[in-house]
Amino acid sequence: MKLAFSTAGEGMDSLLDTRFGRCARFLILDQESGAVSLLENSQNLNAAQGAGIQSAQNVITAGVDALVTGHCGPKAFKVLRAAGVPIYLGEEIPIQVLAEQFQQGSLVQLEEADVEGHW
Amino acid sequence: MKIAIASGKGGTGKTSLAVSMLLANAERARLLDCDVEEPNCHLFLRTQVAEVSSVELLVPQVNADLCRLCGRCVRACQFNALAMAGKAGVMVFEELCHSCGGCARACPFGAITERLVKTGDVTQARCESGAELVTGTLVVGRSSAPAVIRAVKKKAALESKPFTLIDSPPGTACTFVAAVDGSNFVLLVTEATPFGLNDLKLAIEALQNMAIPFAIVINRITEIENMVKTYCDRKGFQVWLQIPEDRHIAETYARGGTLLDAMPDMHEKLRQLLDRCAP
Repeated sequence: MKLAFSTAGEGMDSLLDTRFGRCARFLILDQESGAVSLLENSQNLNAAQGAGIQSAQNVITAGVDALVTGHCGPKAFKVLRAAGVPIYLGEEIPIQVLAEQFQQGSLVQLEEADVEGHW
Repeated sequence: MKIAIASGKGGTGKTSLAVSMLLANAERARLLDCDVEEPNCHLFLRTQVAEVSSVELLVPQVNADLCRLCGRCVRACQFNALAMAGKAGVMVFEELCHSCGGCARACPFGAITERLVKTGDVTQARCESGAELVTGTLVVGRSSAPAVIRAVKKKAALESKPFTLIDSPPGTACTFVAAVDGSNFVLLVTEATPFGLNDLKLAIEALQNMAIPFAIVINRITEIENMVKTYCDRKGFQVWLQIPEDRHIAETYARGGTLLDAMPDMHEKLRQLLDRCAP
């Protein structure tokens, strides 16, 4: 299973960035092999609008099976749900810890957008 | 003769000045409320609505039977209004659309057609004083304010008057540009604070780029010689009116009154101010 984590860092010890649309990049973890890759998202940092929509497409295109982030607005949620990518909520803690929590099934899956756009 | 009343900073008194200028020049001016995200001139003018018309813009719709998920439309959109949701196909977020039509042109399969949706209203009204007010109102959640502003400016006058006053939206973004574009003169309203001065500089820079002449009105001053006045004198920018900080003006405004109600002697000053904008 491939997981995407929103982050400003570059490794498993980096903290989760709780922002989804305007995070610097996504860390993508292949759970089976333990392989880690980075997906840049920085073009969205200065997007005038629709950053969440663009981020959602980025992780969908990367072919991930699930996303772990802090919050998700209504438009990004709509795109991810249409593409069948489940969203799990995490706190601003090391990605390593979140990956273990995901494995244990203790992360909560988001059933609807938890913040308004532009929060 | 079009005269825009604008300001880099919000809350400096654009509407207050615009409404008072209209009332002081009722027989020779009309007013366009181009602050379409929050129009409020009508609150100070007892108006009777003459006509309401819709502003419509084209937005895309995707025919899923023709779409081959190539993503060209999504890449063509500069506003993130289209999204490729994997195999679920292209999603349209029409509230983000700027109606450029790029997506429909980018599609080689004819899968995108455009349809009209409402983005705002233009309300034309007569004031008690006989003056005319045209108000633009953007539909909540839409991002296409400039289209509504342009529709307000295009609205034909109920009666032809020599002066058209334009109450501009705050800031110096595209809404400001859409409002002041085509004006013969701009009155820049600001206040004597560091924020007021900073945003005045931005507005002046924008107007210089657009080659529109302007003069400055400083509102809520406590001293005749203040930081904005000093800056303008040093740079050679003209300050044509200074309005004092006055509790009575604020109280009158809070009750829906205008500058003229609070300071009747402003009447003559605002007639002269308009004359000065039209040499």
